[in-house]
Amino acid sequence: MGTNEKGRDILELKNISKSFDGKKVLDDLSLSIGRNEFITLLGPSGCGKSTTLRIIGGFVRPDNGSVFFEGQDITNLASEKRNVNTVFQKYSLFPHMNVEENIAFGLKLKKKSRAYIQDKIKYALKLVNLEGYEKRNTTALSGGQQQRIAIARAIVNEPELLLLDEPLGALDLKLRHDMQQELIRIKKEVGITFIYVTHDQEEALTMSDRIVVMNKGIIQQMGTSKSIYDEPQNAFVADFIGESNIIDGIMLQDKVVEIMGVKIPCVDEGFEARETVDVVIRPEDLEIREAENGFFSGKVTSVLFKGAYYEIKICARDYEWVSQSVNAPEVGAEVGLYVAPDNIQIMHKPQSEDAEIIKE
Amino acid sequence: MKRKYLSTPYIIWVIGFTILPLVTIAASAFTDNDDAFTWGNILAILEPINRQALLFSLAIAFGCTLICILLAYPAALVLKSFRLKRKGFTIFLLVLPMWMNFILRILAWQMILSKNGILNFLLGKVGIAPLALSNTWIALMIGMVYDFLPYMILPIFNAISDIDEDLIEAARDLGADSGTVFRKVIFPLSMPGMLSGIVMVFVPAMTSFVIADILGGGKLQLIGNIIEQEFVKSMNWHLGAGLSISLMLLVIVGLAFTLRNDMEERGTTIW
Ligand SMILES: Nc1ncnc2c1ncn2[C@@H]1O[C@H](COP(=O)(O)OP(=O)(O)O)[C@@H](O)[C@H]1O
Ligand SMILES: [Mg+2]
Repeated sequence: MGTNEKGRDILELKNISKSFDGKKVLDDLSLSIGRNEFITLLGPSGCGKSTTLRIIGGFVRPDNGSVFFEGQDITNLASEKRNVNTVFQKYSLFPHMNVEENIAFGLKLKKKSRAYIQDKIKYALKLVNLEGYEKRNTTALSGGQQQRIAIARAIVNEPELLLLDEPLGALDLKLRHDMQQELIRIKKEVGITFIYVTHDQEEALTMSDRIVVMNKGIIQQMGTSKSIYDEPQNAFVADFIGESNIIDGIMLQDKVVEIMGVKIPCVDEGFEARETVDVVIRPEDLEIREAENGFFSGKVTSVLFKGAYYEIKICARDYEWVSQSVNAPEVGAEVGLYVAPDNIQIMHKPQSEDAEIIKE
Repeated sequence: MKRKYLSTPYIIWVIGFTILPLVTIAASAFTDNDDAFTWGNILAILEPINRQALLFSLAIAFGCTLICILLAYPAALVLKSFRLKRKGFTIFLLVLPMWMNFILRILAWQMILSKNGILNFLLGKVGIAPLALSNTWIALMIGMVYDFLPYMILPIFNAISDIDEDLIEAARDLGADSGTVFRKVIFPLSMPGMLSGIVMVFVPAMTSFVIADILGGGKLQLIGNIIEQEFVKSMNWHLGAGLSISLMLLVIVGLAFTLRNDMEERGTTIW
């Protein structure tokens, strides 16, 4: 997290708390966002992502804590006075205005000249690949087109910070993938900071420089896609970032963990003796071998072809393991399960209820 | 097939209570006492006394509609900001007077505004000289605005409630302060509601006569009063019918003109 150095951050949230109707939605959240970063808030529905974004946009006031923009406290600044623009999930284009009028909305309020506004509209429509759409009625556009206009409408104002709240959530899968690439391109072209909200881990991993994983109003982990995927800090993150095998284990000593009665070598150290831990094994790290060559043996219960690989479910020791492989065993076959020591991730159990693990 | 049967009562209703009376009135309007065809009753609207009443009615109806719009917007905005429970209760209060007899409501205003009425009594208490509002157009206007205001508030409130909160946030996000949000987003998007409010206020204001009878003390002549007198006092039904048809045509043409642009733009009806 090298972007946390002083002076480079464009936005800083300090100890933000927010409750709605007595229910805590954000709990002492702190976060720094570097200039020109593409940062994604990722978490399940209801975890407080939108509320965080709305606090940054100025639509919600936090109960506690402060928001700093370029070092200045803007906690109580009205949203219309913030140099921040938002792209809403439901597009929220003005239905009584055409494409051009929608895009010009912010610029007209800033009393820009006609020529300037015309230039900007042209530039923005080109940026979002909708040249020539100036006079179109917004209600007649497709969802994907409306979202492009919403992006154009925000970007012409040259905000230093663009907030995007699940902007692709209402689009179908194919269009979503295209728009993800578009957004990455647009981000590169305009060179401003993006704060992106999604509950889709794949989207987060694809697009972001840095991901903030949230659950129940608390940041679970921050880091690059790679670090979040490879080294989840707790079972929640591991589970949310990808389907994982999450099992209870007991740390017998450094580099040895007992899982379901079997001693298995790992590379983790520094746990207390006999500490109960969460053990996370990614599906792609769970190897299927001959029955006698694994730590556990079990029966294959299902094999699903997923395009590039097979997803295989194995029932062993009363647990349904999931594995990914390019080879498919027969359903019903007896197989052994093996995992290399450095592919086992050992985590402390969460201490408070707030960080409850989600298990299947 | 079934649908046709279901619509029968409405068809009977429309024939019995809309088409038949219209035909009767039209028949009566285009004939004189000897049942001979004439344009006279229709054109009678142009006679000075009728024309004057028509213009007075127009002025009163315009004024009343305008005042209703000006009062209804703040009311609708306040109403929208209420929480659900309070919202329902306030709408109930707003509608409540409508359940009371219309004549009683107007008589109540007569008593409030009369020379020795409640208003002057209260003004006297705070040391203000009594107002002579009785039988003036101001009294008439107060009565009309009071009576028609809910019909303006409710459609505007409905239209405003239908505006997605996200649109208002989007406008703020793009730099609009509260006034601008109202001018550029709330007001234009509430137009359909305001137009149906206009129809529901302007038309009755234009054609009413009871309010003027009671609050005007017989001194204020709206076109409605003239028509009433032709029917009730002079017993000249032909002339009364002719004036009614003329008034109706004027109102229809006027409204069609006002509403046309909006309907074309949105491709929807206002009701
Ligand atoms: N204006 C509000 N009033 C009451 N509750 C709210 C409000 N906004 C959000 N919440 C609640 O706060 C929680 C977090 O919401 P949100 O930030 O929208 O989550 P997310 O965007 O991660 O799905 C939810 O339980 C939601 O119901
Ligand atoms: Mg949300």
